[in-house]
Amino acid sequence: MKKYTFTEKKDTRSGFGAGMHELGQQNPNVVALCADLVGSLKLEPFIKENPDRFIQCGISEANMIGLSAGLTIGGKIPFATTFANFATGRVYDQIRQSVAYSNKNVKICASHAGLTLGEDGATHQILEDLGMMKMLPGMTVINPCDYNQTKAATIAIADYEGPVYLRFGRPVIPVFTDADQKFEIGKAWMVNEGTDVSIFATGHMVWEAIQAGEMLEAEGINAEIINIHTIKPLDEEAILKSVEKTGCVVSAEEHNRIGGLGDSIAQVLVKHKLAPQEYVAVDDSFGESGTPAQLLEKYGLTAKHIVEAAKRAIARK
Amino acid sequence: MSEKELARKSVEYRRKILKYIYQAKAGHTGGSLSCIDILNVLYNHVLNVDSADFSSPDRDRYIQSKGHTVEALYVVLASKGFFPESDLETLCTYQSHYIGHPTRKVRGVEQNTGALGHGLSLSVGTAIAGKLDKKDYRVFTLLGDGELPEGSNWEAALSAAHYKLDNLCAIIDKNSLQISGATSDVCNTDPVDAKFEAFGWAVRHVDGHDFEQLKAAFDAIPFEKGKPSLVIAHTIKGKGVSYMESQLKWHHGVPSEEQYSDALQELGVAEESLA
Ligand SMILES: Cc1ncc(C[n+]2csc(CCOP(=O)(O)OP(=O)(O)O)c2C)c(N)n1
Ligand SMILES: [Mg+2]
Repeated sequence: MKKYTFTEKKDTRSGFGAGMHELGQQNPNVVALCADLVGSLKLEPFIKENPDRFIQCGISEANMIGLSAGLTIGGKIPFATTFANFATGRVYDQIRQSVAYSNKNVKICASHAGLTLGEDGATHQILEDLGMMKMLPGMTVINPCDYNQTKAATIAIADYEGPVYLRFGRPVIPVFTDADQKFEIGKAWMVNEGTDVSIFATGHMVWEAIQAGEMLEAEGINAEIINIHTIKPLDEEAILKSVEKTGCVVSAEEHNRIGGLGDSIAQVLVKHKLAPQEYVAVDDSFGESGTPAQLLEKYGLTAKHIVEAAKRAIARK
Repeated sequence: MSEKELARKSVEYRRKILKYIYQAKAGHTGGSLSCIDILNVLYNHVLNVDSADFSSPDRDRYIQSKGHTVEALYVVLASKGFFPESDLETLCTYQSHYIGHPTRKVRGVEQNTGALGHGLSLSVGTAIAGKLDKKDYRVFTLLGDGELPEGSNWEAALSAAHYKLDNLCAIIDKNSLQISGATSDVCNTDPVDAKFEAFGWAVRHVDGHDFEQLKAAFDAIPFEKGKPSLVIAHTIKGKGVSYMESQLKWHHGVPSEEQYSDALQELGVAEESLA
């Protein structure tokens, strides 16, 4: 098992803020928008240097999405930011009609995704956003795994022409990817090569998968771990290549098991290469208040759960 | 309840809001303190809701659109006997029903809220249901001033006037602050009275910390027959704790031990002055 270490923990949303800060200096067409959550989205450095390129919409998310689509007609590259539930479910029709159907160059950037925002509870804990966004034709859907990768992804999507959903979160988690990495949209990242089981993880679950890989290794199981940071377009080639070798799959995501990464992978398997798959995901439920650790444990999203799922998948080969 | 009794109650409520937020290390402090006097008057003077008979079809309905200041609601519901106050010891903790936004798992809560911009539409629906059944109950909803830019509020405002819902009363907790700054800087909605009037509402301004004014306004509902009523309550975010008052950072700030004891002391002085 390849060794991954970290010297610090940071939140992925701060990676987004750092990426925006750089973009503000590099690309005069980048415009940031927010719906009264500037601090939560870590936008202060961008706003400080580019006050004219920041649009505060107030608490009017639907307006923010429509306004962003309008900005593209004027040649701008809007980054519309808020919490993930308000960035997707609340404004789905605005995204569907004015952004996706119209193929607008809008970047929807969403923090506090999943369970790990903690105390605010179910109203704020969206577990359906990946599904809603990936179902939109033409939408690119990205869920990076740590601070550095979120920063790199933020910078990369500015150079890509087309609608993007970029998902990140609130908790501080290990920073274990390279600071100077190049982010390639749609290209899965090989975390560890292995032969017994393929673990495909996204977002915060990638670090859990790495820990699971170490636990499995201690039991003599050699896991291949792949970071699927881009859920759409999905790197089918990387998935199939891995499954050809291992013959079974675990998918891991901080999302409802319905409609997320796991289902995208299952579609690939059904079509090209049947193999047993186990889901590590939320079992069709809303969230609740609690610390991130308590919630990940209760809803079955820890390294331990990935280990159990891997053993089940192997047993079904 | 007399104004003095209400004032004493509010001190007690403020103390409890701070206590449970301090213990949970989570919660929306400023906005709970700005709306607590309004909730006090609603639950102790206006609403005919009874914890012993909460399922009564004739009860007045209260829907809190600014769900994030749930601590104010919980404290008042506990004092009205909807659940033992000791339940609030679990506020915002794992597996507690008393989570950071209103949920119907808590007795006395009509509707799950927390995503802003939902309460007015919900209240319009509830008010229409009352009219359909020829019931006398009234529907009250509390909105934040930062919440107003949600377009759904203005859609609901149109429906309320269109259906002549004089059984509906919306209250704006106009504390002039939201998360990112002053409401006038983030997304100005003033003059909010003229906007609602133009939409067909009857509007009154009150000092949202003045019990006499609050009582008088609610006693006068509907302000005009055939029109929904809007009470614009001018409030101070963080009211009652001087270092929190009108300070942005207390939107969801949690007091330190020292700050907590300073706040209790200040409330103690306020209470003595009411003795
Ligand atoms: C739709 C939606 N967008 C954003 C938020 C996040 N949020 C919670 S409270 C708040 C500010 C609310 O300000 P205001 O309505 O003025 O409330 P108050 O000052 O009374 O606390 C925001 C943006 C939310 N809960 N719902
Ligand atoms: Mg306010």
